[in-house]
Amino acid sequence: MARPAPDRRNRWRAIALGLLVPVSVAALWELAVYAGLSSGRLVPPPSRIFTTFMELASTGELTRHTIATLLRVLAGFGIGVAFGTVLGALAGYSALARSLADPTLQALRAIPSIAWVPLFILWLGIFEASKVALIAVGVFFPVYLGVMGAIMSVDRKIVEIGRIFRLSGPAMIRRILLPAVLPEYVIALRAGLGLGWMFVVAAEFMGAAEGLGYLLIDGQQLGKPAQIVAAIVAFAIVGKITDWLLVAVSTPFLRWQDVVTHHRER
Amino acid sequence: MLALDRIGKTYPNGVRALDGVTLNVALGEILSVVGGSGCGKSTLLRVISGLDPPTAGRVSLDGAAITAPHPKIGMVFQEPRLLPWLTVADNVGFGLPKLAQAVRQRRVAAQLQRVGLFEKAGVWPRELSGGQAQRVAIARALVTRPEVLLLDEPFSALDAFTRADLQDHLLSLWAELKPTLVVVTHDVDEAIVLGDRVVVMRPRPGRVGEEIAIDLPRPRDRQSAAFDFAKRRVLTALDRAQDRPLSVDDREAETAAGAALWW
Repeated sequence: MARPAPDRRNRWRAIALGLLVPVSVAALWELAVYAGLSSGRLVPPPSRIFTTFMELASTGELTRHTIATLLRVLAGFGIGVAFGTVLGALAGYSALARSLADPTLQALRAIPSIAWVPLFILWLGIFEASKVALIAVGVFFPVYLGVMGAIMSVDRKIVEIGRIFRLSGPAMIRRILLPAVLPEYVIALRAGLGLGWMFVVAAEFMGAAEGLGYLLIDGQQLGKPAQIVAAIVAFAIVGKITDWLLVAVSTPFLRWQDVVTHHRER
Repeated sequence: MLALDRIGKTYPNGVRALDGVTLNVALGEILSVVGGSGCGKSTLLRVISGLDPPTAGRVSLDGAAITAPHPKIGMVFQEPRLLPWLTVADNVGFGLPKLAQAVRQRRVAAQLQRVGLFEKAGVWPRELSGGQAQRVAIARALVTRPEVLLLDEPFSALDAFTRADLQDHLLSLWAELKPTLVVVTHDVDEAIVLGDRVVVMRPRPGRVGEEIAIDLPRPRDRQSAAFDFAKRRVLTALDRAQDRPLSVDDREAETAAGAALWW
């Protein structure tokens, strides 16, 4: 293309404007510390965070902690998604299952999930099981609600097309319900994954020997704010990558949606 | 032959949508069904299609009772109801039974050719205009070569020009395989352009009011005097059909049916 499309240029402009404030603040702070106006001990300048990040990365510490956290998230996510999908599908499909399960689940949902922590520790011990359970609880609810809502909102008119062509029960599920539910399911999975990353921090505060949450606590106890920020950056990067992977995996199945094509064309 | 024998349909909430509807439609005949709102036109098609079985009476096709959707009965709804996650070609092939891929593709391609949308085969439904989408819906219903095709106000959501175009198009498709067509419409012109016979329904509960044979040669000239005469007969019959005991609340019929049918 000889000349970028106007909407492409607008996009770059929007990105530049959005970066202006954080980048300026970081640069000013860097200068202030460099000029000796502040020691930067409690609020480390970007260069010190970067150095800490690279140090942690080069010693393999960062990889070890990231993998520990990632495995917890994946285990909790897997369990939460499995339960959320099955129960959500049942509650969406059958009015009886909904009447049986939904009130209880909605009541449980009203409990702030962190409140389960002491109970999980008593039941499952201080090690991995209680952490994974907490993450699974966080992932479960958005997935459950998303799947139930998606199934309940499948257009009856489209289902009638399946009936007119005499689809069997399994064929109706495979050819009509699954594709109809998929866009909302992906959104529910992304919401669940986001909560999984939130809850892993809480889980690792419960006392962990490794993990990005451990780096946070360790940084606090030993007075290493640069390490805390470096761990936060690592959280952001890994969280974004997992979300991006989820989107990348689902995109080929959602090409028919307007929005997805729109993004692809950009 | 499609036979309806004293069909009644009462919904679980007690509303009687149809009562004692008896109709015979010969193979290859085009039957238009007109009537005001609340006269059970759409219910009638849903009963014939097997989507909503009747609560009284019997629907049969060539002697076999229809109680559930049947491979020989196709249906086109008011909305195209295309599956948004399938391409146009896959939508058309949706109802084809398990066939070899090549055979399937050939039949879909041929059907798309017939509705004039061959070049749209790989396109998503959202990229189609209203008229194109409805042509795809007709192709999807016809590709399985049904003996009976039911159309529930198929062109009512389209603009007048596209509507007339699709009426002619439907007739040319019909001329190839001569399936039985049952077309529900609230457009009197449409009923006469298409139908060999026009059934005028009476409301609350839905019953057959009058049957008017349309003996005009095809293609029918919408401007001709004979067409106009047939139209006046149907409109008069509709007028009579609305004439019912005063105990029934008739405001809805006056506004919806009166306005829609006359003007």
